[in-house]
Amino acid sequence: MNRLRPVLGDLLTYALGYALALALTFTAFALVYFRLAAPQTIFAIILVLGLAQIIVHMRCFLHLSLQRSARADLMLVLFSSLIIALMVGGTLVVLFNLRARMM
Amino acid sequence: MAGVNEPELLHAGLNLANHPSEKQAQVESDVFGFWVFLMSDAILFALLFVVYGTMLDATAGVPAPHTDFKFSSSFLETLALLSSSFAYGMVSLNLKLGASRRWIWGWLGVTFLLGAWFLRLEIGDFTDMVAHGETAQASGALSSFFVLVGTHGLHVTCGLIWIVIMAVQLAIHDIDERVKINLIRLGLFWHFLDVVWVAIFTIVYLRGLLA
Amino acid sequence: MDSMVWHSLFGRFVWIDLPVVKAWQDPTISNIIAGAAAMIAVFGALAGLGLITWLRKWRYLWSEWFTSLDHKRIGIMYVCLAVVMIVRGVIEGVLMRVQQDLAVNAPGILAPDHFAQFFSTHGTIMIFFVVMPLISGLVNFAMPLQIGARDVAFPFLNSIGLWLSVGGAVLVMVSLVIGEFSTGGWSGYPPYTELAFNGGVGPDYWIWAVTMSSLSAMLTGLNFAVTIYKLRAPGMSWMRLPLFSWTALCTAILMIFAMPPLTVATLLLAADRYLGMHFFTNDLGGNMMNYVNLFWLFGHPEVYILILPAFGVYSEVVSAYSSKELYGYVSLVIATMAIAVLSFTVWLHHFFTMGQSANVNAFFGILTMLIGIPTGVKLYNWTWTMFRGRVRYTAPMLFTLAFLITFVIGGLSGIILATPPLDYMMHNTLFLVAHFHNMLIPGTLFGMIAGCQYWFPKAFGFRLEEKWGKRAVFFWVVGFYMAFMPLYVLGADGATRRTVEFSNPAFQPWLLVAMCGGFLILAGLASLFVQVWVSVKKRDRLAVPVGDPWDARGLEWSISAPPPEYNFVSIPQVGHRDAFYWRKRNHGAYKPADHYRDIEMPKNTGWGVIFGLGMAVCFFGLVWHIWWMAILFGLLSIAAGLVRSFQRDLHKIIPAAEIEAADRHWLAIAAAATPVSRHLEETPSNEGRAIWPE
Repeated sequence: MNRLRPVLGDLLTYALGYALALALTFTAFALVYFRLAAPQTIFAIILVLGLAQIIVHMRCFLHLSLQRSARADLMLVLFSSLIIALMVGGTLVVLFNLRARMM
Repeated sequence: MAGVNEPELLHAGLNLANHPSEKQAQVESDVFGFWVFLMSDAILFALLFVVYGTMLDATAGVPAPHTDFKFSSSFLETLALLSSSFAYGMVSLNLKLGASRRWIWGWLGVTFLLGAWFLRLEIGDFTDMVAHGETAQASGALSSFFVLVGTHGLHVTCGLIWIVIMAVQLAIHDIDERVKINLIRLGLFWHFLDVVWVAIFTIVYLRGLLA
Repeated sequence: MDSMVWHSLFGRFVWIDLPVVKAWQDPTISNIIAGAAAMIAVFGALAGLGLITWLRKWRYLWSEWFTSLDHKRIGIMYVCLAVVMIVRGVIEGVLMRVQQDLAVNAPGILAPDHFAQFFSTHGTIMIFFVVMPLISGLVNFAMPLQIGARDVAFPFLNSIGLWLSVGGAVLVMVSLVIGEFSTGGWSGYPPYTELAFNGGVGPDYWIWAVTMSSLSAMLTGLNFAVTIYKLRAPGMSWMRLPLFSWTALCTAILMIFAMPPLTVATLLLAADRYLGMHFFTNDLGGNMMNYVNLFWLFGHPEVYILILPAFGVYSEVVSAYSSKELYGYVSLVIATMAIAVLSFTVWLHHFFTMGQSANVNAFFGILTMLIGIPTGVKLYNWTWTMFRGRVRYTAPMLFTLAFLITFVIGGLSGIILATPPLDYMMHNTLFLVAHFHNMLIPGTLFGMIAGCQYWFPKAFGFRLEEKWGKRAVFFWVVGFYMAFMPLYVLGADGATRRTVEFSNPAFQPWLLVAMCGGFLILAGLASLFVQVWVSVKKRDRLAVPVGDPWDARGLEWSISAPPPEYNFVSIPQVGHRDAFYWRKRNHGAYKPADHYRDIEMPKNTGWGVIFGLGMAVCFFGLVWHIWWMAILFGLLSIAAGLVRSFQRDLHKIIPAAEIEAADRHWLAIAAAATPVSRHLEETPSNEGRAIWPE
């Protein structure tokens, strides 16, 4: 059992991640299935839930953390998120602006 | 280089213990390189998402993609991929534990089956849509839907092939250094695909089902 | 032959697709030029292959070069690729100048469709197959040496990147001989490249050649970034990293994040053309503005991918030939990083005229002007580095000086174009053509040439002869001003770009001057070839085996020239910025190692060659709709990529005794060499060892 001890923590991490991800997924699907609010509100909520689930996956499955050993990976992911935000945000602004002016 | 001399410094979450520090540095940069690749891939997906977003209304008179979305299959696909991600976590755990190949094969098999189930459901969705005249050639909106979701499906297919290859390599080489590194990379790839799927089921499927 | 059989074997190829056949059947001047170009390409290739066979060098080339995973050799092969391609690129540029000069109220020599191919290939080649390989080549060669590493992080990936680039270049060259190239410009805008407007093979050649280059650049960038991040020598902290390596890191990051948009753009265009989808079509919901947006999400960072490494070279060159520490190192580093991040925020200035609102344009215009600030900082840094330095006006230094002045002019014209209302006037005119050539020729090409001249002695063990180098500088600089300054005037007068025939006779004198400038640039290119040729002839008098011909400061100069395969006998400990300078100062240079140890290096492998060229054949099949070829070679390439993951025993051990013998041999040469002072730098007495202290 001694060999197992360090792994036990990891097992818990995976299990916790699985449970949290399932809970978030169920919530999102339930919100849509039962139409528990106005569509716009639900969409906003599921976007937040999706983001939360992505963070759960990153933390529990991909093992990103604030620890020193994961810092390079974390910085990489954060920088990539910045670039994605720039590209996605910029593109949406530009193309929706164009569409509005063409209507 | 800072860090090489610190024995605990390794790939996050998975410690390949008992290696001389030079090898550790090697593992570290091998895995970091794969992270970089994944981030480049993430940009690719982000752009496909944004193209999808800008083409939602480009239906050209054909029913929009979401008219054919099915709640049950998108939910089952989500469960399948999420569970396969957990199954791969067990591969990583067994690897870390130094378990015998049989365990790793077993969990790789579970991952594979769940991934294949996901793919089967997805292909079922696609064929239904095509049968209803919603082909990728019918409108810009459908083109962008099929390319976005299809690119993810293609990645899953590559992942499945990779799982098979790793199973074969396990048979040939047992668990040696390179097999370990490639199993770690495969794990990153597989979990990453699940992250992309979270974005897909939220932005594509749930949004579509809401409309 | 039955047409079904023909079609399944050769796709949509018919004999008239050969420019030579076309020229025979319809001998217009334009067709004859195309046919002659095809013949030159074929006979040039045959002559090259024949020469290798005649010299019996195939085995040597295959085992020592093509299959090599040594970053230095891969770097040199990248530069060779660029050298081959720049010849075609420059000749095309000159022919376009000739066409426009002749075609004022006259048809000139090139048919409109042929002219369109000229500007498409010229741009595609210059960006993707000249400057990108030059960058990958120089960084590959110099960066691991600068950071004290034995190789890049992923040597096999490096080989794959090289051969993907070669494959893309081969596709562009093949388009000269079989079929035609795109007429949609280097940026490949739909609708010009869409099925409805050009169903031929041209856009397909463009799509796949650019896709190969894009994948190559992404993999190369990944490799460089991980190398710099993880493989720096002990003590080489971030603020001790040589500036060229800093720019290499920023360029690598840009490659990682800016190449995917290009890949998405080209592959979605391919989806339209091959699968009948509607991303950028005119009908059924396609939106070509999406393409423009995607392309420039790549295109603007690409500008900095091209320019930053040249900034790195200038930093090294200015410092070395002024015998001074780089002035304001920290500010240069910050400026480089600022440029790298800002470059992701300005892509819209390439399409101010697409129709978005004035507010959006103003926002991106202001961001664009902001980039001028860090760039301006750098100019001051380089100028102050020279101040009171011991400046030697060698060819690389002259290129740098030419850059400093010329780049400011280009930057100022950039500020004009960054102002949306002015851009509405200048967009799509020759003013723009003048502007980006003004940025890219001094900003990139001069830097790359200077870099090649600066590191040439390190790579080959002898210096380049200076006289022809200075002639090259003269021709390039004068040629540049003559070729492109008139275009500013023409553009401001309303001469549109990519125009095959002008009707305004007032353009004629300016076009004539520009054409003469084009020929001078060609003379500049020829001078560079003469320089290499003369230097090879005189290599014994120019030899610098000790390896430090310029009394330079980085680690790359602390080893023999050419360096051994493993670069460093023992991984250096770095205590200061400009590590080798401090070692020389503290009398620590040219000392034997404490211990000689075995060194593990990767074995050569041919799978990278097979992968890259297999992909090229696969894409050739896709271009011509030869499906069996595409599938067969696609699978072959994938298999080639996979085989290596099954292989073990990928490394070889270089024994300590061999290393010690080589090292002691070099140390004996260094001890016997007479150290020279800087005024003897260009004389045969310079054996690569500097007097210290001078």
